[in-house]
Amino acid sequence: MAHATQETAVRTNVVVRALIYTGLLFFAGYYLVPLYVMLVNSVKPLDEIRQGDMMSLPALFTLDPWYSAWSTAQIGVQPTGLKPYFINSIVMVVPAVAISTLLGALNGYVLTKWRFRGDGIVFGLLLFACFIPFQIVLIPMARLLGLVGLAGSVSGLVLVHVVYGLGFTTLFFRNYYDAFPTELIRAAQIDGAGFFRIFWRILLPSSGPIIVVTVIWQFTNIWNDFLFGVSFSDVDSQPVTVALNNLVSSSTGVKEYNVHFAGAVLAALPTLIVYIVSGRYFVRGLMAGAVKG
Amino acid sequence: MSVSQEIPVAAAKAAAGASAGTVEWLQRALPKVVLAPSFVIILIVVYGFILFTGVLSFTDSKILPSFNWVGWQNYVKLWGFRNWITALQNLAIFGSLYILLCSAIGLFLAILIDQKIRIEGLLRPIYLYPMALSFIVTGTAWKWFLDPGIGLANTMHQWGWESFAFNWIKDGKMAIYCIVIAAIWQSSGFVMAMFLAGLRGIDNEIVKAAQIDGASNFNLYRRIIIPILRPAFLSVFVVLAHLAIKSYDLVIALTGGGPGRATELPATFMYSYTFTRNEMGIGASSAVIMLMMIASVIVPYLYSELRRGKR
Repeated sequence: MAHATQETAVRTNVVVRALIYTGLLFFAGYYLVPLYVMLVNSVKPLDEIRQGDMMSLPALFTLDPWYSAWSTAQIGVQPTGLKPYFINSIVMVVPAVAISTLLGALNGYVLTKWRFRGDGIVFGLLLFACFIPFQIVLIPMARLLGLVGLAGSVSGLVLVHVVYGLGFTTLFFRNYYDAFPTELIRAAQIDGAGFFRIFWRILLPSSGPIIVVTVIWQFTNIWNDFLFGVSFSDVDSQPVTVALNNLVSSSTGVKEYNVHFAGAVLAALPTLIVYIVSGRYFVRGLMAGAVKG
Repeated sequence: MSVSQEIPVAAAKAAAGASAGTVEWLQRALPKVVLAPSFVIILIVVYGFILFTGVLSFTDSKILPSFNWVGWQNYVKLWGFRNWITALQNLAIFGSLYILLCSAIGLFLAILIDQKIRIEGLLRPIYLYPMALSFIVTGTAWKWFLDPGIGLANTMHQWGWESFAFNWIKDGKMAIYCIVIAAIWQSSGFVMAMFLAGLRGIDNEIVKAAQIDGASNFNLYRRIIIPILRPAFLSVFVVLAHLAIKSYDLVIALTGGGPGRATELPATFMYSYTFTRNEMGIGASSAVIMLMMIASVIVPYLYSELRRGKR
């Protein structure tokens, strides 16, 4: 990591540079056009969408689709809009992120600074848990949630997201604390500081960046989750992704594309905002999730 | 305890020693006590549940789990289903194109953006933001663009290209490629970031030495830089392969597995057999196959990474 942000020594001439810029801008367009189309068409009346082309700016600007997507659109059998489901997602995501991050920090601390025989195996088992296809746990998890009375509840979803997020949160903190000087811990121990004191006073104050990375990672994953939401929630506890899918794929009545787009942008807004505000950390989280060990 | 009543002083000493011992023992055990709940939970909800699903795959479970052992019957049935074979073929098409094209676009963009581009800080977030979106949002957007009646095709007609036709999403043979298109849009920027990190880690001395030897830029990349990126290629492959095998949300949002069952993937197959068709035994056996596919990619990778970490 010593020269992680080093600039390349490759040299290019003017013509090549012009081509490079053209290519880069072309791809910027490719990634941006879908977002542009969603935004532009979410503020058009339905007639205009049907006749006009999808790239044109609205001739008649309206916020009705946004209002409808938020509070009146038919989702399932209820004309509630996405609002209650959006609230479900918030109620689900906040405790799930907080608990899994805290546990991950403690686990990472133990696995790096209080090593014991067999800690490598423990870490390996936690690590593999990050990658399992969740289909393999759907059936028993549905049974378990039923047994403990959490089936179809937001609390059940919190539990599921905490336990299946533990692998990644532990991984992030383990890799971060691994680079933390162990001499400082030993010195504090000699001064008589115990396990938790060292954690609160020494490790946690310097864990800012990794906490941000972990929180963003967990927030994006849990907010965007669909599989657990659709498997373990009922009408009252559905997260917003499931509600959005119901809104878009409901086969009754006229397809209100403008409302669908407004709904899609609404459901994407929290993660987009997080990403815009702290994109640098988001990238770092993705990289830490991708490059293991 | 009766001893302590007879010889109070010795007992007090012994008790003090014992409690000091207990405290010390607690201090030493504390880290393990803190780690234990997470570890036990993972053992149960990951490994115990894998075992549970594995057992169910050998039973005649229908709508509810049953423990009537039927041997390999579910697996034999599974491989006889046309839907399952379709799901595997789709995964092969989707997975290989997704990995190949994402890697190609990602590497191409990473090399371009590595040429001391002034607007890099602007471009990188634009390339990456799709990764922050839910697949349901991506699916909603692309379902509409690819709709022959109203999306891209309609726009082209409006713009005067009357003969433009693009109806892949309605065509059973081509619909799987629509999933590929949307998935590439979502993930290729992320692959770019992974390759870029690899490029930024290359020692410039190697590049300069090759330049002195008169290597052209093309040869420099082909012969020297891209071969150095081997570890990045491996990471990219593992991440994309595991995402491809798990793909579920995007298919549900984009095509719902249709038209017909043309875009069924193992993940959608497992879900519909388990929860809609109430064939839990079959669903469990398909989940076991999915786990084995992922394990065959992930386990060797994790093993080599962990070993490298130790050295």
